[in-house]
Amino acid sequence: MASPNFWGYRRTDGRVGIRNHVVILPLDDLSNAACEAVAHNIKGTLALPHSYGRLQFGEDLELFFRTLIGTGSNPNVAAVVVIGIEPAWTGRIVDGIAATGKPVEGFAIERNGDHATIAAASRKAKEYVHWASELRREECAFGETWISVKCGESDTTSGLASNPTVGNVIDKVDAMGATTCFGETSEITGAEQVCAARAATPEVGEKFLKTWSDYNDFIMANKTDDLSDSQPTKGNIEGGLTTIEEKAFGNLEKIGKTTKYIDVLKPAERPAKGPGLYFMDTSSAAAECVTLQAAAGFTVHLFPTGQGNVIGNPIEPVIKLTANPRTARTMGEHVDLDVSGLLRREMSLDEAGDALLDMTVRVCNGRLTAAEVLGHREFVITKLYRSA
Amino acid sequence: MAAPHFVVHNTDDTTGVVVVEGVEAGDELTGWVMETDGTVTVKARDPIPLGHKVSLGDIKKGDTIIKYGHDIGRAVADIPRGGHVHVDNVKTKRW
Repeated sequence: MASPNFWGYRRTDGRVGIRNHVVILPLDDLSNAACEAVAHNIKGTLALPHSYGRLQFGEDLELFFRTLIGTGSNPNVAAVVVIGIEPAWTGRIVDGIAATGKPVEGFAIERNGDHATIAAASRKAKEYVHWASELRREECAFGETWISVKCGESDTTSGLASNPTVGNVIDKVDAMGATTCFGETSEITGAEQVCAARAATPEVGEKFLKTWSDYNDFIMANKTDDLSDSQPTKGNIEGGLTTIEEKAFGNLEKIGKTTKYIDVLKPAERPAKGPGLYFMDTSSAAAECVTLQAAAGFTVHLFPTGQGNVIGNPIEPVIKLTANPRTARTMGEHVDLDVSGLLRREMSLDEAGDALLDMTVRVCNGRLTAAEVLGHREFVITKLYRSA
Repeated sequence: MAAPHFVVHNTDDTTGVVVVEGVEAGDELTGWVMETDGTVTVKARDPIPLGHKVSLGDIKKGDTIIKYGHDIGRAVADIPRGGHVHVDNVKTKRW
C-alpha cells in the first residue's frame, strides 16, 4: 500500500498532532476540583484529574513528572493550563511543557484559594481556546504519525486475528518511517526469548531481557499466589486463554512478522532514536499503559480486544478492533473495526491490515473513535511505590 | 473451505481454538491450519465455548501443550482428543 497522507496540526516543535485539546492539568490530587471547575466554565477544554502528585520521591517522582510533562507536551494538545497547590512543582510542570514551544501557564492555589485561582485560570483557558480553535490542519506524510499498540481483555481470537491485524499495520507503517511502540512487560512472560530475538541488535535485546527480568523479579517478590487470578485476567480465562505463556505469544503478534524494535524505553520516556518500533516498560493494565505511551508522545493508539475492553484515553485516540464475533455483536458501540471475518476466512490478514490502516488514517484526519464518542477518558498514572 | 469451526495456528500445535458458538459434545469439527492453509478434523468430546481450545490428540498428564508452535504450559490431567483444554487441565510453567 502506498504511504497515505493525513491532515494534522503541525506544532512548534515540529511534531504533528491529530487532536487540538486545550488541557487543564492538575499538578496534584488537591487541584482536581479547581481544574474541573475551569473545564466547566470554559467549553472546549479538557480537565485531566488524577490521584497523585504529593510526597512522591525518587524514581517514582521522576516518572510522575515525566508523565505529566509528557502529557502536556503531546502534539494532540494545543495549549495547557496547569493548576497546583503550590507554585514550585507547578512551575516545574509548566517549564517542562514550555520546552515544546506551546502556550502554557501555571496557577497556584496557596495564598489565592480556589475561587481566585479558578477565575484567573479560566481567563487564560478562554484565551487559549479562542487561539487553538483557529489553528488549521495541514497535509502531512503518514510516516510522521506516532502509533502505540496495546491489547486488552484479550482472548484467543486476539492472538489469532486482531493482534496479527495490528502487526500487519506495524510492518506496513514501519516501512513508511512511522514511530511505533509496544509495551506490557509482564505479559511477555513465556515469550521473552522470542521477544528478545526481535530486537534490532543484541544490545537492545539484552536491554529488553534486563527490563523483563526486573519486572518479573518484582512480581515474584510481591505475589501471594501463582498470579492465576490476575494474569491471565478473569476475562481472558472466560475468553479461553489458559496461561500467561499462551497470552504472551498472542500478545507478541501485535509487532508483526518483520519489524524489529530499535530501543527499550523507560515508562513514559520519549523515543530518541528516530523512526522505528520501540518497546516501553509498562504495566499490562490498559489505562496505565496507554497513559504512559501518550505521555511519551504517541498520538494514535491501536487496541485489539477479545472480550471487549472499553478503554479510551483523554488525549490519544484509541482505535478498537475485535475478531470475536460475539463481542462485535454484543458490544458493537465500542468497536471501530470488526475483523471477525478473518476467522471465517472471509478476509485475508493483508486485507484486515489495510482496513485498519484506512481507519487509522481517518482517525488521524479527525474521525472520532468509539471511545471518544462514548466519553472514555481513562487517565491513569503509573505509581512505582508508596509516597513518603 | 467453508468457515471453520476451529483454527490451528501452527502445524506443531496440539490444540486448536474454537471460533464458532454452540459447539456440543459429539459435533464433528473442521479446523483451518493457518500456517499451511490446511484442514484438520476432530470430534468434540465436550461442549467447547467460542474462543476455548480443543485437543487435537490424546494429551497425557505432564505433557507440554503446544500453541503458536511454542510451549504454553503443562497438562495437569489426561486430555482426550477432542477434549476441552483449559484451566482445569492445563497450568502455567511460570509464576
